[in-house]
Amino acid sequence: MSHRVRVNPIACEAHGMCAELLPERITLDEWGYPVIDETPVAGVALEHAIRAARACPTFALLVERERDRRRA
Amino acid sequence: MTLEEHLAVHGPPPLLSGHGRRQDHERAERLVDEIGRSGLLGRGGAAFPTATKMRAVAGSRRRAIVIANAVEAEPGSLKDKTLLEAAPHLVLDGGVLAAQAVGADELIVCVSESARATVQSTGQAIEERRQDPDYAAFEGLSLQLRTVPGHYVAGQESSLVNYLAGGPAKPLFTPPMPFEQGVKRRPTLINNAETLAHVALIARHGAPWFRQLGTAAQAGSALVTLSGPLAHPGVYEIEHGASLSSLIEAAGGAMAGLRAALIGGYAGAWVGGERLGAIAMSNEYLAPHGASLGAGVVVLLSQEACPVAETARLARWLSDQGAGQCGPCTHGLDALATSVELIAAGDTQARATQRIQRLASLVQRRGACRHPDGAVNLLLSALEVFRGEFADHARHGPCDLCARPAELPMPVRPVEDGASRRGGSRR
Repeated sequence: MSHRVRVNPIACEAHGMCAELLPERITLDEWGYPVIDETPVAGVALEHAIRAARACPTFALLVERERDRRRA
Repeated sequence: MTLEEHLAVHGPPPLLSGHGRRQDHERAERLVDEIGRSGLLGRGGAAFPTATKMRAVAGSRRRAIVIANAVEAEPGSLKDKTLLEAAPHLVLDGGVLAAQAVGADELIVCVSESARATVQSTGQAIEERRQDPDYAAFEGLSLQLRTVPGHYVAGQESSLVNYLAGGPAKPLFTPPMPFEQGVKRRPTLINNAETLAHVALIARHGAPWFRQLGTAAQAGSALVTLSGPLAHPGVYEIEHGASLSSLIEAAGGAMAGLRAALIGGYAGAWVGGERLGAIAMSNEYLAPHGASLGAGVVVLLSQEACPVAETARLARWLSDQGAGQCGPCTHGLDALATSVELIAAGDTQARATQRIQRLASLVQRRGACRHPDGAVNLLLSALEVFRGEFADHARHGPCDLCARPAELPMPVRPVEDGASRRGGSRR
């Protein structure tokens, strides 16, 4: 099952922790908000992604399973 | 139109309930199938297939809720207000039928609190139905009117869900989408008011009747709000695919030379003057121009308006209309507005045009809702269609037309927070 990293932009307050912990997937824009590579993550990258999500002070960073992303 | 007049013109709606559980269910499925065959697409702007949305809600085990969305916060749009003022029972019929089709026991009609006449006519229509003992529409259905703040993002589906739950009328982070988990955490079908009026007519006359008008991809007629330098601006019912020139003619003709048309509202796109005559009012025609009909908004800009000054004002307005919830949108739209203002002032040092392109890609798809995407779409189309005018301003500064009064409507509607709603009038 594949996973993706996503941010809840309403909850995000630009602490920037995620870019420190997951630099291979996340860079910060000029205002400090994460720009995320949303291609699937697996293996070590997935572990790093989960660690980054847990470290987010506002719980804005999400690691979602593909099937959670149902759309209308 | 009163209930009596409505029934005299349209006859009673073919209600789905009260025939026994199994029959009711079959009737509900038949109506959704009929709507599917009609090809009806949502008229709130996204043109999503109405039947698909209904099936998603009907498929849930939990009792659903239906919302008739007539907030119509788009400044150039009057069609839902006009419809609810002229024929409120048609929208209510559609809402009741939709509720029965998806197994909902509540229908909530949402209207902008600033639209006094609409609030009044809708409230009156609901009252008429309540007092009519013969009107079976209310069996097992709670019907209520709610007034909602009228700022730009208040009409978005998740803003309504947020507001009806006691929060501010601001978008939510999705998923869950409202059709999965909306008002009271129940599956919520949110249909535009005009969409529901078409549902009421399709239920009476059938899909083949509906398909007699329109194009292959966009069936039926549509309500369009036409504004600009015209003899009779207002709401018109057109057939999808009709030419813009026929619409302008119906509105009594243009009172000034036309520079361009903004199609689809403030999340839409500009189409330049030399192509105006050829424009057909359908998404198939408009897609190659980067435009779509949206909620049926057409704003014509005259030759006497400066498109750069108009775009600068509009960019600032769109930035101010953000809910202020998402950083990339809040900062990005502000920076975009500043860049357009610099070009309009003739400040070439800022290399503002390149900056706009960069900012556009930084803002798109990074909000909880589509507001930043719509604003960027409009801005990029202005830069493209008015390329010459923007280059002139960057080089020489403001033109003679810059000081003229704004043609594009930009109502002052502060984005309201939850705290400010307590004093508001509600029903």
